[in-house]
Amino acid sequence: MPDALPERRITLTVNGKEHSAVTEDRYSLADFLRHGLGLTGTHLGCEHGVCGACTVLVDGEAVRGCLMLAVQAEGRQVTTIEGLAGDDGTLSPLQAAFMDNHGLQCGFCTPGILTTLTAYLRDNPDADEPELREALSGNICRCTGYDTIVRAALAAADAMRKGATA
Amino acid sequence: MSSTAFVGQRVKRVEDPDLLTGRGQFLDDLKLPGLLEAAFVRSPFAHATFTEIDAAEARAMPGVVAVLTARDLPAEMLDKRILLQVPHPEITYAVTQEPLATSEVCFVGEAVAVVIAESRHLAEDAAERVIVDWEPLPATAHCDAALKPGAPAVHSTMTDNIAGRLNLSFGDVDAAFRNAAHVIRERYEPHRGTGHPMECRGVVAVYDLVSDAFRIWSSTQTPHNTQRAVIDMFGLAEDHVRVITPDVGGGFGPKNQVYPEELVIPAAARLLGRPVKWAEDRREHFLTTTQERDQVWDVAAAVDDDGRLLGIKGTLIHDAGAYLPWGIIMPYISATTLPGPYKLPAYRMAVTIAFTNLVPTTPLRGAGRPQAVFAMERLLDAVAAKLGLDPAEVRRRNFIQASDMPYDMGLTYRDGAPVMYDTGDYPDAQAKALAAAGYDDFPARQKAALAQGRHIGIGIGNYVEGTGLGPFEGATIRILTNGRVAIYTGAAAAGQAHRTTLAQICADELNIDVTDIDVVGGDTGVMPRGAGTYASRITVNAGSSTRMAATELRGKALALAAAKFDVKPEDVELTHGAVRIKGEQGDSITFEELAKMTSGMPGYALPKGVKPDLEASGYFTPPQATYSNGSHVAEVEVDPETGQVTILKYTVVHDCGTIINPMLVDGQVQGGVAHGIGNALLERMVFDADANPLTTTFADYLMPTAEIVPTCDIVHMESPTPLNPLGAKGAGEGGTIPAPAAIVAAVENALSPFGIRITDCPITPQRIVELINAASETNQEDR
Amino acid sequence: MKPAPFTYHRAESLAEAAEMAATLDNARLLSGGQSLMAMMNLRYVAVDHLIDLNPVAEIAGITIGSGRVTLGAMTRQRTVLEDAALATCCPILREALGFVGHVQTRNRGTVGGSLAHLDPAAELPGMAALLGAEITLTSQDGARRVAMADYPLGYMTPDINEGEILTTLSFDAWPSAHGWDFREFAQRHGDFAMAGVGSLITLDTDGRIDRAAVVLIGVDDGPVRPTDVEAMMIGETPSDALFRAAGALIAERPMAGDALVTEAYRQHLAGVLLRRSLANACVRASESAHA
Repeated sequence: MPDALPERRITLTVNGKEHSAVTEDRYSLADFLRHGLGLTGTHLGCEHGVCGACTVLVDGEAVRGCLMLAVQAEGRQVTTIEGLAGDDGTLSPLQAAFMDNHGLQCGFCTPGILTTLTAYLRDNPDADEPELREALSGNICRCTGYDTIVRAALAAADAMRKGATA
Repeated sequence: MSSTAFVGQRVKRVEDPDLLTGRGQFLDDLKLPGLLEAAFVRSPFAHATFTEIDAAEARAMPGVVAVLTARDLPAEMLDKRILLQVPHPEITYAVTQEPLATSEVCFVGEAVAVVIAESRHLAEDAAERVIVDWEPLPATAHCDAALKPGAPAVHSTMTDNIAGRLNLSFGDVDAAFRNAAHVIRERYEPHRGTGHPMECRGVVAVYDLVSDAFRIWSSTQTPHNTQRAVIDMFGLAEDHVRVITPDVGGGFGPKNQVYPEELVIPAAARLLGRPVKWAEDRREHFLTTTQERDQVWDVAAAVDDDGRLLGIKGTLIHDAGAYLPWGIIMPYISATTLPGPYKLPAYRMAVTIAFTNLVPTTPLRGAGRPQAVFAMERLLDAVAAKLGLDPAEVRRRNFIQASDMPYDMGLTYRDGAPVMYDTGDYPDAQAKALAAAGYDDFPARQKAALAQGRHIGIGIGNYVEGTGLGPFEGATIRILTNGRVAIYTGAAAAGQAHRTTLAQICADELNIDVTDIDVVGGDTGVMPRGAGTYASRITVNAGSSTRMAATELRGKALALAAAKFDVKPEDVELTHGAVRIKGEQGDSITFEELAKMTSGMPGYALPKGVKPDLEASGYFTPPQATYSNGSHVAEVEVDPETGQVTILKYTVVHDCGTIINPMLVDGQVQGGVAHGIGNALLERMVFDADANPLTTTFADYLMPTAEIVPTCDIVHMESPTPLNPLGAKGAGEGGTIPAPAAIVAAVENALSPFGIRITDCPITPQRIVELINAASETNQEDR
Repeated sequence: MKPAPFTYHRAESLAEAAEMAATLDNARLLSGGQSLMAMMNLRYVAVDHLIDLNPVAEIAGITIGSGRVTLGAMTRQRTVLEDAALATCCPILREALGFVGHVQTRNRGTVGGSLAHLDPAAELPGMAALLGAEITLTSQDGARRVAMADYPLGYMTPDINEGEILTTLSFDAWPSAHGWDFREFAQRHGDFAMAGVGSLITLDTDGRIDRAAVVLIGVDDGPVRPTDVEAMMIGETPSDALFRAAGALIAERPMAGDALVTEAYRQHLAGVLLRRSLANACVRASESAHA
């Protein structure tokens, strides 16, 4: 082990706001967001890249926040669950659809599911149910049995096709 | 009679806005000044002794504040074990865990020391450097093996591995078997899985030196159990230990235990004078959070020529794991659940609870019932096969009829009351399930599929579930000076939307909107007495208490306003957030003004002769369990070459009495089925012969995903119970309970051309292929 | 589950990365991190230095020319999956990449990372073996080329020397008229396969198999090219009997067994998957020949 714990300052944009903070080299992006920036909406469910709860968007693409280092996010645009609603707090069409369709129970996996679907529906606005289920296959939810999540995603896609925005 | 604007409606959840925007506050989200973090040093052996723990190097590591072993803990904790949660006279060795093991560990993951450091990273760095002089001992890895002569002792203090025995019986079993036309014997072996809430466990503790008091946040289903255990350990008065549940990311049973960390972290906070947090990681969860379901059933059914049950007898070995934190309730529930919705004239079950060197077992969604239903439903399928009857018909011939209600099964339930089914129509439940599943057409569909080389099958799982257990769960409701209404309850939520459910019940009584109500739950500081969120009991208990309290509060608000207006209470009525004189416009008083009037605020005089009382408490104490029931039908396709199982259609008929919120009940059922699918097909904790766990990541222990779990077709029946004011029964576990039975039956049915029998679960593709290969070899030998 | 401490080094160019790799002790290269970071979180792997290749743009990207395909090591798995030109000239890659993890891991996971990690069940090393690919390893001393056949030295042990960086994977595309099939077996989509099979087939003008390549993954320390199966296909007319014979042959091959998946089941699965894979590849070969 090194004598002094390696750390460095990084600058990145999270939810549209630039942050500059010091992090240990070894901190995952998820740990940095949670403990370095206080954005605890991103959750850690397994820390070995399977459960998907820590999913955040980096430059718009869904990634495991536990498998990427904070220092690798230098200069990047990161979006977390805290950044999905509109500036005035209006829920995004996806968030609203989750509320309308009971797409969450305990809410712990929800951040990763919302971020994953936000990117997926942006790229695949006409996704059908089997495609959505495959897109969700990297996110484990223990509470819902997924049905209401799929319904919510389909409803959000429909709303967005009709022009809904956050 | 109040209106029901909310009860029975698909009311959207008041919990959602925070959870959808990242504003939830889960255990690991709590921020306190000076917060330290903990990492535990855990046993790498399933069974070992030790004498010395060398923490010198660890203590010198960067950021390390302390390394504590058992001998460093406060004097009150010496020689103490965690309070047994559910004592029972038949427990022969009531051993619970020590807060930190002193000299012997009995499962992989048992904690022997804790590192407290400035961050979790640093604590883990130091935990790696703690050296323990382990002396490994032989270990026992399965409950069946544990009872064999010469089996290694799970605890070195024991001469056998028996934790307790239970004998349950009714009727003349010997006569039933003497008179039987057929006797069907089977061995069933459901296997261990676990709950895996997406949030692991965790504890934060603060010690207040001035008042010698703890404030503890725990990701638990049962804050009052944690409080009791802390009180017991430290010898404190109730009001010196406050346990609060933040948002809890799922429970499913394993979070209703009290764990060593919930005692060690407060001890560390007191010793160090700083707040301390331990957030369990997933590997620790695999090793140390309780599991369930390993059982061995040797059962025999005596039936007449028509397939009617005359009697069932057998033995049940139940795996307790290494300790008994929750007593021996699960096997008791198993044995009393087995008869299910069927008329059983005679029954005898001899239960042996065996220790193993595995993480302890405690109730896990279903709590002994999925295994019992698996045994019973598989046994009925075996009866059907033996007699050449349709499995649905065998069940029809044995159902308890609606006209038999209330039905005394003949056993005593875990709450000490007779197993007395209160309401329900079991034959109709199955009939509705079969109709929705297209059961009558299935033989034709199966034949057509087989002609295309596809193997599809159908299976049934029926169950009756004791829910809504007492002793009680309280609710206090208060009208606040800001005009809002607060409900305080001991019940802690872990995703079930208690806040929404209780607000619905209260809103109807007080004629306000659910959004006008704040529900504060899971805090021993606001509700001194409580049991916890387990056994599908909260809607029944806390819901009924809320109804009682709200009704009383309504009366108080009316009386207070009537006194203010100098009219009779029957001349005033509740409108939205106010009380007004009936038939008049304008003369009314808002909740806010009523609350201020009773708050002691200057300028708000009380009418003469009226007490300043705008709150009410309810403690509903159910006379006995209320029995939910249901019928599941699974349709699957099996690839006999690979063994892959795909669920094509899943039908649920569910009866939990009066439904408060159908949206939430649907969610409980669908989610419960998903868990049951895991138990049927995917989830198994595998241990090697030395009791080392082999499935310790989500890559090895397979959780159901969105591509595995189909959308269930859910049909609700409502048989209200007379046992509580709501007519409600529990709904949290019924989705899980019969799923393994129904799915495994469907797999077996799909593979009927191969003539295999499936008696264990989960049933994996590898096992399916092995069974098919074994059957084809047998068939070849027969030729 | 937090990684042991290490020092992070951001390599801005291949030359810089090579210099770091040559000079830093107990260092590992970080590409997509989708396996390495998990192993570090679990503390199965602890290093003093981590050299991040992600900024090294010169080793990312897909080039196709004169029938030769080159994938830069830092090409994301998602890019491979979605590349239209690659799907046209080498359709089996898209089929195989669809089994690699999930959208979140494919967004980060790379070609080179998968090849360097060399999980026995990984699809990309399997594809490299099937396509007879060549791997380029670059160090301060220059570039070294290794045939994929020689690259795995043992269980998760690639032929990569200290200071070397895997930079490209290249292979010759098959003729446009060929059949392909990749399939694998896992209980859930995206999991590591208990067994997987890839097949490439071309047919002559009489409809006989004139070229066949087969790979098995998940059954041994690394990807397996069963030359006996490939040889028995040549000159044969595709038939169920032929595919069954191939499946039976492969099912006799010694394979890995462990506490969760037995050798017998792997052998059985490999036989079933091979039979099905060959059948589908031959159908596609016939279709593409008549297209």
